[in-house]
Amino acid sequence: MRETEDRLRGLMVHALAGDVAAYHALLEEAAAHLRGFFRRRLPRAPEEVEDLVQETLLAIHNKRHTYDAREPLTPWLYAIARYKLIDSLRRAHSHEAIDASDHDWEASSSLADDEASVVRRDLHKLLDGLPERQRLPIVYVKIEGLSVAEAARRTGMSDSAIKVGVHRGLKALARRIRESP
Amino acid sequence: MKTQELITLLANGASAVPAHTPARRLAVATGIGIACAAIAMLGLLGPNPELARNLQYPMFWLKLGFTAATAAVALFSIARLSRPGVRWSHARWMLGAPVLFVWLVALVTLADAAPVERVALVLGATWRTCALNIAALSVPLLVAILWTVKTLAPTRLRIAGAVGGCAAGALAAFVYAFHCPELEAPFLGTWYVLGILIPTVVGALIGPRALNW
Repeated sequence: MRETEDRLRGLMVHALAGDVAAYHALLEEAAAHLRGFFRRRLPRAPEEVEDLVQETLLAIHNKRHTYDAREPLTPWLYAIARYKLIDSLRRAHSHEAIDASDHDWEASSSLADDEASVVRRDLHKLLDGLPERQRLPIVYVKIEGLSVAEAARRTGMSDSAIKVGVHRGLKALARRIRESP
Repeated sequence: MKTQELITLLANGASAVPAHTPARRLAVATGIGIACAAIAMLGLLGPNPELARNLQYPMFWLKLGFTAATAAVALFSIARLSRPGVRWSHARWMLGAPVLFVWLVALVTLADAAPVERVALVLGATWRTCALNIAALSVPLLVAILWTVKTLAPTRLRIAGAVGGCAAGALAAFVYAFHCPELEAPFLGTWYVLGILIPTVVGALIGPRALNW
């Protein structure tokens, strides 16, 4: 527990300083923790677990400026996960009560990770709905891995327009994911 | 979409994030809100012509101190409530401390006064407009503060809305104090508190919708 906290926090501190590899590792480990967290609480709705994992990862990304390196990281992570869980239950008017007990763990863990990680949404379909000034920066910088300057050259947009486009685009994406059924 | 894809998408080209972003954003929002409220106060109400003379009365400073202390505690609280997983409840009682102090002074004042004077001490000359003026001046502050809190990550939306409204109300009352001619604690403890409570209740009512992210 203590060990996990220290490791994740170390990764997050590096990630906030701009270390992409540390950030990637952090998100991967966070995804595994989140999967367990949501499975325990939604034992009868395994198909919703991966949706929530993705929604929470996007929220972690879009709200990472609210993490203060002087505070522990795991309470921050789980507070976001809990917020997203309650929010989704409220939106869905779910008939399923939150199951706070940890006993139903086995019922859902039979679902293989690979199976679970494919969800109904298609990234490219979601991206197609974005305006070009957000879609292109995300495709070039985030998917193709170009630098901001290269993306700016290719699109004829300014550097700051690319950065703003990525930022707003990811926020719009988070909104779309929330609103998709 | 695979979760793996999403993770790569998010991590790719992720830039560094400056530290202390929440505090900086709240400071900017508060500054803008105070400036708007001050301009509205000077333009629509005007400063108190007796202001220079009032500086020598301790009650004037109690008025400023009470509103500033309430605003400080509320801003400290909203900064904590805007960050997930950060405890705030242990600071809850501090929000009421400045009010309790003013009520204590008010009780002493009322106990000292002759019974016929007591109603006048509570009503002053401006009781009809005081709370409404404070609530009106709090509008730009409430908008600026809630707007900023939404860009952060509050997880208890009704409480965050209420505390944000309390900060807006206390700052508006601070600005209003430069217009207000009243210098009695019973007046302060009634109408200023009511003026701060109005945006607090508004914040609590709109919080769950306005702050959702």
